[in-house]
Amino acid sequence: MVLHYYFHSLGHSRSKELKGNPITFYADIVNAMLIRATGQNLQMEYIRSLKLLDHVKLLEKPGKIIPSGDIAALVYLWNPFTIVACVGLSTSPIENLAIILSLYGACKRQAPLAAFGWVIATHLSLYPAILIIPMILLLGYGPDTPPRKLFLQRRNVEVGDNPPNDRCCEREEVVHRPEVPHIFSWRPVIHFLCWTSLWSVYVLVLCGISVKRYGGLWELFKRTYGFMLTVQDLSPNIGVLWYFFAEVFDFFRNFFLIVFHGNILFMMLPLAIRLKHRPCFLAFVYIAISSMLKSYPSVGDSALYLGLLGLFVNELADMQFSFFLFCGYVGVSLLSPVMHNLWIWRGTGNANFYFATAMAYACLQIILVVESVSAMLNHDRMLRKPLTELQDGKS
Amino acid sequence: MARFPRPTISLFLILSFQIIFSAIAFGSDFQESDEEEFSEELLLRPLPDLKVLAHFHFESRAPPSLSNSHGRHHHLFPKAIAQLVQKFRVKEMELSFTQGRWNYDRWGGFDPISSSNAKPPGVELWAAFDVPQYLVDASWKNLTHTLSGLFCASINFLESSTTYSAPEWSFHPSSGSLRYGTLPREAVCTENLTPWLKLLPCRDKAGLSVLMDRPSIYRGFYHSQQLRLTSPEFEGRLESGIVLKQTLTVVLQPDSQRASNTYSSETKLQPSWSLSSIFGRKVTSRCVLAKSSNVYLQLEGGLVTELENVQKENVISWIDNVGSEGWRTNPFFDLSVNPDSVLREVNGLHGSSSSVLYKYSVAKYSDSRPFDLGLTWKSPVVWSCPQAPLHASRFLIGSGNERGAIAISLISTGSNEHFLGANIVEDRCKLEVDIFQVVPWYVKVYYHTLRVFVDGQPQAVTDVVEKMRVSPSEDKVSPGVMELVLKFPCDIKSAALTLEFDKGFLHIDEYPPDANQGFDIPSAIISFPNFHARTHYFEDNSLKKSPMLSMFQEKSRVRSYSEVLLVPLTTPDFSMPYNVITITCTAFALYFGSLLNVLRRRVGEEERFLKNRAAKKASRLAQLLSMLSAKIRGKKWEPPQSPSASSSFISLKLIVKVVLVTGIAIAWQYYSQ
Repeated sequence: MVLHYYFHSLGHSRSKELKGNPITFYADIVNAMLIRATGQNLQMEYIRSLKLLDHVKLLEKPGKIIPSGDIAALVYLWNPFTIVACVGLSTSPIENLAIILSLYGACKRQAPLAAFGWVIATHLSLYPAILIIPMILLLGYGPDTPPRKLFLQRRNVEVGDNPPNDRCCEREEVVHRPEVPHIFSWRPVIHFLCWTSLWSVYVLVLCGISVKRYGGLWELFKRTYGFMLTVQDLSPNIGVLWYFFAEVFDFFRNFFLIVFHGNILFMMLPLAIRLKHRPCFLAFVYIAISSMLKSYPSVGDSALYLGLLGLFVNELADMQFSFFLFCGYVGVSLLSPVMHNLWIWRGTGNANFYFATAMAYACLQIILVVESVSAMLNHDRMLRKPLTELQDGKS
Repeated sequence: MARFPRPTISLFLILSFQIIFSAIAFGSDFQESDEEEFSEELLLRPLPDLKVLAHFHFESRAPPSLSNSHGRHHHLFPKAIAQLVQKFRVKEMELSFTQGRWNYDRWGGFDPISSSNAKPPGVELWAAFDVPQYLVDASWKNLTHTLSGLFCASINFLESSTTYSAPEWSFHPSSGSLRYGTLPREAVCTENLTPWLKLLPCRDKAGLSVLMDRPSIYRGFYHSQQLRLTSPEFEGRLESGIVLKQTLTVVLQPDSQRASNTYSSETKLQPSWSLSSIFGRKVTSRCVLAKSSNVYLQLEGGLVTELENVQKENVISWIDNVGSEGWRTNPFFDLSVNPDSVLREVNGLHGSSSSVLYKYSVAKYSDSRPFDLGLTWKSPVVWSCPQAPLHASRFLIGSGNERGAIAISLISTGSNEHFLGANIVEDRCKLEVDIFQVVPWYVKVYYHTLRVFVDGQPQAVTDVVEKMRVSPSEDKVSPGVMELVLKFPCDIKSAALTLEFDKGFLHIDEYPPDANQGFDIPSAIISFPNFHARTHYFEDNSLKKSPMLSMFQEKSRVRSYSEVLLVPLTTPDFSMPYNVITITCTAFALYFGSLLNVLRRRVGEEERFLKNRAAKKASRLAQLLSMLSAKIRGKKWEPPQSPSASSSFISLKLIVKVVLVTGIAIAWQYYSQ
């Protein structure tokens, strides 16, 4: 599998190296490798937790657990969106690199790396700032596991099952088994926060020195983050905000700016509460939401979350509407350039046609996010089922 | 009644006379500056392409504000302008309303009129202020509003910082506090001319301005009405006051129906014209308030050369023929009125011959004998106007609404051979060209894409560009300004500059009413700093110099304006705002609602489990409460059934909620007061 993957990536490289600057290409390769490493980490954790839960159904079928890291890396590399963003010399591979680096660092519990990635990603495009919640959860609880309640229930069931005379043996078993880290460990989190402040001070000082002559840091923030948050550029992109703000009445502009950016923030807390046992998936959902609602979205952002989606291929195996979503993505990515060409270059189309494709794309992303969250929650329920059955049988 | 003795009276008289005399003597020394003056002049010039140029020049001078004996009052000088100058401390200002495009090929590009009175279409305004740097913008904004009120034009649109710019060196040498702005799409009409005429002491009731018959003026090919102020006071020259020059330049087509077209087609006979035929009116009298009111007929150098060539064959020297008949009639044309004098240009630069000016004084004419100058052509003549060294034109490259390029092409007119001698710099002749271009922010020019082609060959930018100043545009804040000094070899045939740009996308409110027509990019100014358009006419009495001729004498650089570019920008659907808002908000509601629904959804056994737990917890509370109520009522308490417990719990929950809401409402009410 590994060989297969490298073979592919080499072929990929050759197709890409023909064009332009290799930096984005190397960034993409590194992205894929980091995604793969993260995926392997997640998979190990997944198998371990399944073993802990004695989930016979899932464990015993050998073909059932797919190497999600390889899948995710391949999805990332072979995604047409990635190729387009790389060939178009977009900076999004580099932004993606920072995000993936922070995820990888958090998965490996390397606080400095995670902090560095998060600070750089925030510096580059601001929206990854919300990833600090999954980062803290990831460092505190460790990578994705089924809900911690299940482990407790499982243990209760085991304890209840065993007759009192076998208690010594059971204890030995507990000692043998690796303990589930279901307690929030503060040490890496504090490490992470320290490193975050260190890196951000470092970045700010460097920025301050370089923009000293041009009005200082405040000017920098106003011109970069302010430009992102106030949606000043109304050039067409694959999002919907450009047309919305080109059309909306001027006195409502501020209101809608707050509403749209608030939409990203509103869902943060509910998602964090519900998915706190799966920080990586939470990070994926956050990335998908922000790439959907951000002011200037690009296909590079989509490429990132579609690649990360591959990491959860085991958990999301029975996701609904996946075929519909696939067809929708293909359809939109074919129609959208056509409509853009008709409108901008030929002058025969209308802005509304292009906006319609952007709208369809936004809806597809919404369905993808909602369905993946729902599939993940169903998966957790599915894991609980045998346990509750056991409990019910017992009582 | 007191009576003065005779000697006292005589003494008084003598004294007062002396005072008066001295005052007169004093006044005569500073006659130019101490009195308000007004003069009106009209220049007529036949153009090679069968048209006639009429250039009205009205000049008013106000005495310096310090020595003005009438305080703030004026006899002739328009008070509105004086107040405007005093209030905004305008050092220099020029406002022009133009319709049509000056044809540099056919109407000339090297004479004072073409370089200072050929203006870009629409409104052009520039002003230099005598205020500290930080106040210049505020003064400019106030000035635009005042002028827009004065001239019934939308000059106030120049107030927004996206429309004006501050050229540093390529536009006007004395800059720093200078602001420049244009409105290329301003429609110029009679409503702009009427307030302009109001500034003249005789309006259009008497004098040369009687000729300004609106239909015939606006029928012309080119129409430029200009107002130029200079107040040397602010520059420290206290001896002279405000000078207001109002000019109207019109290019008219004489009615050519009557001209018999018997000659061969390539040499067409010029149409004959007279003042009454081109303007529909005659000059009946001069404006009595004017110090001088003259009409000039100018024959260009090229035409004079042609005439002289023919005269040489006829051996008779044409211009030296002192008899008045010689001026009036010659083999080419007849003049209906005898000129008062003939002025020749001193040291004509262009080619062999210098231009000739026939001068007519309007003072002699009256209602009974109106002045109606006519020119009747007898045989066809072909001549050409003096040209600027390079002919500039500007156009757009590319298709589609995403990006494009601006190209400025400079083509040698072949006339610069005449000037070679004057401009040799260290045995390598260099032709210097200044380009000043302002581009609105929605055309996002990438200045690093500047490419220069000389004679069709691409050149390194650093080889050609001597000096460059670029201030890139900022969205919705400032336009992009480019100032360039280019140096070309003198034997250049053609040169081209290209700049690439992206087209911006605007908010629907920012589009003009007819958005699909496109947006106008103001003209670029191409000037030749080493070439000066000046014509110096030899006059007998140089003391009474005509203001127009002295303006022609001033050293002004040759300047030409490029075309206004029309850039089509992509338009959104203007009828869609409600649809877009509702559709987008629906999508976001879909996202928010469905995601929240997924997060809080419980299925089957979870639901049951939670219900059980809730029931357990709630029943305890409910038990407590029912116990309490039973005690209050004095009844014996019975443990309720579980369904009733849950229902009472619900009602309890409701009560708690109601109480909470009321509490919040009361608190809110309390705090908001």
